[in-house]
Amino acid sequence: MNQRIKKITDNRLFKSYGGVLLALIGLMILFSTLSPYFLKTNNILTVLSQVSIIAILAFGMTFVLMIGEIDLSVGSIVALCGVVLGLMLSNGYNVFVSIIAVIAAGALAGLFNGFVSAKFRIPTFIVTVATLGIFRGVGYAFTDAKPIEIDHPVILFLGNSKLFNVIPVPVIVVVVLLIIAHVLLSKTKFGRQAKIAGGNKTAAEYVGVNTKRLQMKIFMITGVAAAISSILLAARLYSAQPNAATGYELDAIASAVLGGTSLSGGYGTVLGTFIGALIIGVINNGMNLIGMPYFYQQIIKGLIIIIAVYIDVKNKERMISK
Amino acid sequence: MSTILEMKDIKKIFPGVVALDGVNLKAEEGKVLALLGENGAGKSTLMKILSGSYKPDGGEIHLYGKKEEIKGVNHAKTLGISIIYQELSISPNLSVAANIFALDEPTRFGFIDDKEMINRAKKLLEELEIDISPTMLAKELSISNQQMIEIAKALSKNPKIIIMDEPTSALSSKETKILFKIIRKLKSEGKSIIYISHRMEELFEITDSVTVLRDGKYIGTVETAQTTSEELIRMMVGREMDKVYPQKDFKYTKDEMLIELKNYNKKSFYSNINLHVRPGEILGLYGLMGSGRTEIAQGIFGILKKDSGEMYIHGKKVHVDNPFSAIEHKIAFVTEDRKNEGLVLSGSVYENVTMANIGKLLNKFGFIDNRKETMITEKHVESLRIKTPSIYQTINKLSGGNQQKIVLSKWFEIEPEILILDEPTRGIDVGAKFEIYKLMIELTKNGVGIVMISSELPEILNISDRLLVINNKSIVAELDPKATTQEEIMTFITGRGEVNESKN
Repeated sequence: MNQRIKKITDNRLFKSYGGVLLALIGLMILFSTLSPYFLKTNNILTVLSQVSIIAILAFGMTFVLMIGEIDLSVGSIVALCGVVLGLMLSNGYNVFVSIIAVIAAGALAGLFNGFVSAKFRIPTFIVTVATLGIFRGVGYAFTDAKPIEIDHPVILFLGNSKLFNVIPVPVIVVVVLLIIAHVLLSKTKFGRQAKIAGGNKTAAEYVGVNTKRLQMKIFMITGVAAAISSILLAARLYSAQPNAATGYELDAIASAVLGGTSLSGGYGTVLGTFIGALIIGVINNGMNLIGMPYFYQQIIKGLIIIIAVYIDVKNKERMISK
Repeated sequence: MSTILEMKDIKKIFPGVVALDGVNLKAEEGKVLALLGENGAGKSTLMKILSGSYKPDGGEIHLYGKKEEIKGVNHAKTLGISIIYQELSISPNLSVAANIFALDEPTRFGFIDDKEMINRAKKLLEELEIDISPTMLAKELSISNQQMIEIAKALSKNPKIIIMDEPTSALSSKETKILFKIIRKLKSEGKSIIYISHRMEELFEITDSVTVLRDGKYIGTVETAQTTSEELIRMMVGREMDKVYPQKDFKYTKDEMLIELKNYNKKSFYSNINLHVRPGEILGLYGLMGSGRTEIAQGIFGILKKDSGEMYIHGKKVHVDNPFSAIEHKIAFVTEDRKNEGLVLSGSVYENVTMANIGKLLNKFGFIDNRKETMITEKHVESLRIKTPSIYQTINKLSGGNQQKIVLSKWFEIEPEILILDEPTRGIDVGAKFEIYKLMIELTKNGVGIVMISSELPEILNISDRLLVINNKSIVAELDPKATTQEEIMTFITGRGEVNESKN
């Protein structure tokens, strides 16, 4: 009996992650044959730490996509939160107070998205296209479009140091957030309600789920995720820049979709999203290693995303029709 | 008269399941063949093979006397096979005419010829005696008129064989009559019709012969004129069914008010609703589509929040303003449209079963306990005999009856005291219907009060203890289902009857 249950769960794991995991392994084999450096521990850790910012955004995005909505403003929230961090620090505020303020700013930006879309029934696509401009605009206004230097040791530690001289701190941050987000999505009432509301909003409302409040909470989660990303990014760049993180929302969405999250809602896993983010990280890193010019990288990255998602879609169809 | 279509010894195997095992079917010119079987018997699979969606794993198909391999959906269309699915495939923002000729629009110089399309749609609708303007948007039509558009769409391709899958499930009795008139006309034109329905009366009214399937096997074909509904049910379920309706031998378990509505009102949805249900009682609400019967249920459940009026539960005044507070007061609502309102089709069996009471799954740390969830789900799968390969199965693949049982399980999880059932047996077969009636009676024994909405008169007369007739958004009569007749009820519906104030 036990064996049988194990067989089923193994099978279900394969169903959820098999396709993307194969894609990731395939790419790793490909790049390791093309470049001898690719599989070096150092390089792997570099990939992980490069991926961290997108991965954290993508965790938040998974929740939004799960309820069948979208958040295009996360890149702008990252920039805005970075600016808040830079201003707080350069005005002499305590670093921990500043970090709390940054997270509050992210949560507030997310709440704004969630409130406006849920309360006034405006599609989130429209609301977040608007706030994509608004949040970035606020960042520019606060700074006169100039970057602010970041040199606080705590922030730099979070973004650039290595624990025991081996593991980059951002990797630890990502793993901790991965666990939190995974548990939140798959083991709590909140996560289950999100999945049900994404699968069928009316059915969710008819079993007493307050879908408007749920939507506001979920946009706050993406806001907080963006705020945490902004700290890592500011450390990496040694500065807060109002034009930072442009286009990150698309990489975050691509990660989640590569990881099997349904754009129409109702299905998604945080672990899948993480694998999706790794794929994007591996592609970026691998192409850099083999010296591919940047514009070709863009083309190839786009094509790989299409192919990977296509394989995944086919894979799921095959599983479902069985 | 000649045989147009013959399917011989058809086999279809899905991984792990033999869906069809040696099925035969013969359709003749100018005849209506009924395809009968419980859900999961293989009717849909067989029709999907005929309409080109599936390829058979064995057997032969002869069309117009020639052996034919149906290569795909479009090939089936060119062979003159047209199917009208139970689910509507209307594009709401397109006109009626554009829907009828979707993907097959008349063109001029490569552009869609709107004038010609509208003219042809008009002609077709007139022929079918459907009173709809071809320029209306599809979303402005009632569900039943949308169904009529589906039928017009299928006929626009001038098929020889027309498959109708539960065409009357969304139609009123008047519209059903119109549909039957259309079917008779098609018959006289020599077309062959394959008619899938669970409604026995309809089979006897409109079909010439009946082919019965059970568990993917061919049971037999009989002439409609020479059979009885008992024989058909026996063939279908494979056992004697002495009764279609189980007996409930008590009126209520306690003579007190479980729920009482006083002057419940919502402008333009329901007006002046007074009703009560005792523990263990089944209150029937009968009304036609659009009478306001569903709106009353939505009012009780807090979806269509009342403007005025009072609700009492166990004699205490309560306020139910949304589903959340309804559930807190132990009210459950099985909606008419289970796919859009009751289920997460992309979700698994267990997610659907437990969704109304997720709190029950949490361990002391506030996390979902998967073992508890599995146990709860398996308990329902077993006791309601839900047929599913596993509790992890996504439910869009399950039959209507099994889906409905999942909706019921979901509500059982809140341990309801008041259960509202809106058309609980729509689109499910006789066997599953009987099980649902039995379940209802089982619940009433434990003191649950049930409000059942139904548009099937035989069902509501046999199952309910008291009957309210709904017309024009209000209650027009209270009747004793044991003492009334279908004719008497219809007089209230057509507005010629008087309001009966009798109380019991």
